[in-house]
Amino acid sequence: MPPANRPTSGPRGSSAGLSTDPLIVIDHVTFGYDASRVILNDVSLQFRRGKVTAILGGSGCGKTTLLRLIGGISGANSGRVVFDGEVINARDREQLLRLRRRMGMLFQFGALFTDLTVYDNVAFPLREHAALSEEMIRDIVLMKLNAVGLRGAAGLRISEVSGGMARRIALARAIAMDPELIMYDEPFAGLDLISMGVAAQLIRKLTDATGSTALVVSHDVPECMAISDHVILMAGGGRIVAQGTPDELMNSTDPEVRQFVRGEPDGPVKFHYAAPPLAQDFRLVDRA
Amino acid sequence: MIAIARLGARTLDVLRGFGRAAWFFADLVRNVPGALRRLPLVVSQVYAIGNLSLVIILASGLAVGFVLALQMYYALVPYGATESLGLIVNLSLVRELGPVVAALLFAGRAGTSLTAEIGLMKAGEQLAAMEMMAVDPRARVLAPRFIGGVVSMPLLAALFSTIGILGAYVVAVGLIGVDAGNFWGLMQDRVDVWRDVGNGIVKSFVFGVICTAVALYQGYETQATPEGVAYATTRTVVISSLCVLGMDFVLTALMFSTP
Repeated sequence: MPPANRPTSGPRGSSAGLSTDPLIVIDHVTFGYDASRVILNDVSLQFRRGKVTAILGGSGCGKTTLLRLIGGISGANSGRVVFDGEVINARDREQLLRLRRRMGMLFQFGALFTDLTVYDNVAFPLREHAALSEEMIRDIVLMKLNAVGLRGAAGLRISEVSGGMARRIALARAIAMDPELIMYDEPFAGLDLISMGVAAQLIRKLTDATGSTALVVSHDVPECMAISDHVILMAGGGRIVAQGTPDELMNSTDPEVRQFVRGEPDGPVKFHYAAPPLAQDFRLVDRA
Repeated sequence: MIAIARLGARTLDVLRGFGRAAWFFADLVRNVPGALRRLPLVVSQVYAIGNLSLVIILASGLAVGFVLALQMYYALVPYGATESLGLIVNLSLVRELGPVVAALLFAGRAGTSLTAEIGLMKAGEQLAAMEMMAVDPRARVLAPRFIGGVVSMPLLAALFSTIGILGAYVVAVGLIGVDAGNFWGLMQDRVDVWRDVGNGIVKSFVFGVICTAVALYQGYETQATPEGVAYATTRTVVISSLCVLGMDFVLTALMFSTP
């Protein structure tokens, strides 16, 4: 049960809207890579169709893991991940291949194929799945690259592009097939301010134009607040601190929410990993 | 009590590992027909795995041929049987040394390259990205490499034996002065194409399957860290070499148990 002062409403302030027609339902999901390391503990969420949902939270709170569970790259230890009414089974390869044709994902570090050129990376999903002529593929690839400002870099090898460019190429590849669901894992990391603004607007416009659903995992509060319909703030163990419209979170009086959205060093969220007292670690007591 | 529990856990881990490897191999074989339909992918792998291994294979084959001719000559001189030199060198190479040494070199050159490539693709999330694009990496990445390795290995072993025989000819006939007619004549008379050359090719095919499957499995199952990839490449060489040597004994016993 979230505290009363925490916003739990849906997009643009409509609390009734969130539960209607969700594309993805996370239903009491618990996940850990081993028994001693639980990343997500009994998490329940819904992601509305055709909306941009930002998942914010500190490092290691399970944001990327959540995307991996939705994509079926990892399987939940317990609970259900439902995509468009179908429970995702990470062991069912046939189902995964079928559902993933409707998904696109921008990986945290790009995950570009280093043996291919920029052009071939973006063309990869089209060549694998779409029965299109090479001329048609060329047009689509150049359009997608143009959207991220890299049409002129089409002929470069991946080893020749910078980290920020690689992220933008990965973004072009993620949207190449115009999927129904696009998951962006840290889309703004490593981008300069201009590229960041362009990428943020691209995510927003793409969602509006194609009616797709976007999940944006990020640390960049201003960009996410600017483009999202709904924002979820996560903490360690996958605990949902708050969720609501960007305005609701920005105006929240909850100390944890305020600390995160304002980037304050002091507050309920500890900067330091749990450790013994300083005096004990530096043996100040013994020396005294 | 704790020791017993640890032993049990370790045993279960090992059995689980065998199960995973068997499942992986079955999956690899299942994806072969699909990969064969995408010939350009296979051809590029035959080039990367086979052609790029030629230098080490040919240089080693030539060196082995040189040394084998010298050693055999010294061994045969006391018996006055130097005319058998060509035959002995040929049988040694096509039956044993060609397939086995070529496989060991293959594991060191192509096997480690495959493991490192797949391991780094995993570490860089390229395999996960492929899966997220609804492309099965086993069909798109692993199966073409598997076919490339299995096709390349017998060809490399044949080239190893051929260049070895030519090396032995240079030393025996050119340097030592063994009669060229004897060198080739006995070989032509006593080497059976099916029994000797054919079995050698079958061996190298089996070694190709072993080395390539081990390399791909180690790469696919590697921990996605620099240390993990380093350990995986080492394991590829060790496991492939041990499997090749063990399987060579089994195959030799099956193929040449009767005179």
